[in-house]
Amino acid sequence: MSKFAPNRYRGKLIVVEGIDGSGKSTQLSLLSQWLRSQRLAVSFSEWNSSGMVKGTTRRGKKKQMFTPTTFSLIHATDFADRHERYILPMLKAGAVVCADRYAYTAFARDVARGVSRVWVHNLYSMAIKPNLAFYFRVPLDVALDRILGGRAALKYYEAGMDLDLSRNVVESFRIFQSRILEEYEAMSGEMGFHVIDATQSIEAQQQQMRQIVTDRIGKALENDILRSPLEIDHAG
Amino acid sequence: MPAKCSPLEFYGRPLPGVDTSELQGKLIVIEGPDSIGRSTQIQQLRFWLEHRGYAVVDTGMARSALTMKGIQDAKNGHTLGPLTMGLFYMTDFADRLENVVIPALRAGFIVLTDRYIFSLIARAAARGQNVRWLKEVAGIALVPHATFYLRTAVDDLVARVVCGTGRFDYWESGMDVPYGKNRRDSFVKYQAKLIEILDGMAKQYDFKTIDAGKKPLLIFRRLQRQIARVLQER
Repeated sequence: MSKFAPNRYRGKLIVVEGIDGSGKSTQLSLLSQWLRSQRLAVSFSEWNSSGMVKGTTRRGKKKQMFTPTTFSLIHATDFADRHERYILPMLKAGAVVCADRYAYTAFARDVARGVSRVWVHNLYSMAIKPNLAFYFRVPLDVALDRILGGRAALKYYEAGMDLDLSRNVVESFRIFQSRILEEYEAMSGEMGFHVIDATQSIEAQQQQMRQIVTDRIGKALENDILRSPLEIDHAG
Repeated sequence: MPAKCSPLEFYGRPLPGVDTSELQGKLIVIEGPDSIGRSTQIQQLRFWLEHRGYAVVDTGMARSALTMKGIQDAKNGHTLGPLTMGLFYMTDFADRLENVVIPALRAGFIVLTDRYIFSLIARAAARGQNVRWLKEVAGIALVPHATFYLRTAVDDLVARVVCGTGRFDYWESGMDVPYGKNRRDSFVKYQAKLIEILDGMAKQYDFKTIDAGKKPLLIFRRLQRQIARVLQER
């Protein structure tokens, strides 16, 4: 059902997905360090980080102005800005673009909020298809322990409080995350995710990731990707 | 999105949480380029309708409480890409649709809207964006009871801009594409393109095209007559 645009450029696109607390950002950061250490050009783009759209998203969250549809659209706007001004030019230039969350995050969250699946899949059909999409599978309770242990307060939309699932923030978060988890699991096969068992040790997960990268796009990394003309400082 | 549907049905995928059978009011759209006098007409229509005892809400492109500032800032920065622009305006549209238009229609108001998804689609099309894609995204829009398209030739638009604001706006001139080396040249070509695109949509979306080169009072009378007809339909 998903119909992304094929990646016809020199560069490669690697994305990580998973619920909050799955450890995907840590893994992506380790992976990009490893790529950089081979002098490969690496670019990084994070979900919900466009400087142009940020103010609007912040405002909508603070004043609780979002409906599921406008929440979906403002994130698509943010994505579009990063996609046309950063991701696409970097792929054209021949970089490995590492994305912390991609369209799949919208598929999971927006559908969990009640937005039409067909509509949101069409919304992101302007996106380039990732060369590799890693999905960090983690049981809900493990993820909740990681999140709730390490952070002060859950935010309104993050906890799905807009959906009236429960008056209790933690309970609402649990229900909402379980819905998102179901969506990820349901799309996993169809989207061709490389599933990583995120209950393993960090090193074991990273080994597995690097192996998949080498197997799948190793040749391209060797031949097509732009290399840094600069010396790499290994001292730090 | 299929064009021929009855008023107050969704063009495409329905918005979550909206039961269209609850909608009672009338949705009237005024489309047309900048400086054509849309807002003046809407102001007068509102006055006339309220005088006749109808409750009226008016809304218009880029007026969403959520996105108004963000879109303005993005335009001032001149770094808004065509894809981002289309989606930012869709967010504006959806916010007003869900928070202004639909509640008003539920309550039986007449909603007068200054531009609708058609301008938004035309602008994206004039920037080489995938129109089929954007029409599907815009499928969350409700079919209006009537869409009036205030149309005029490019020369007339140039005269209105020069004698009105006295300057060719960067975005209204399509300078982000751009269509020409300077603002006047770009304005002429860009606006001609928009007219061509809107003309092409007129039949599919059942526009009632009005010659906006006429005197404002004549245009107003025509809008009155046609809107009165819409109000009689049940």
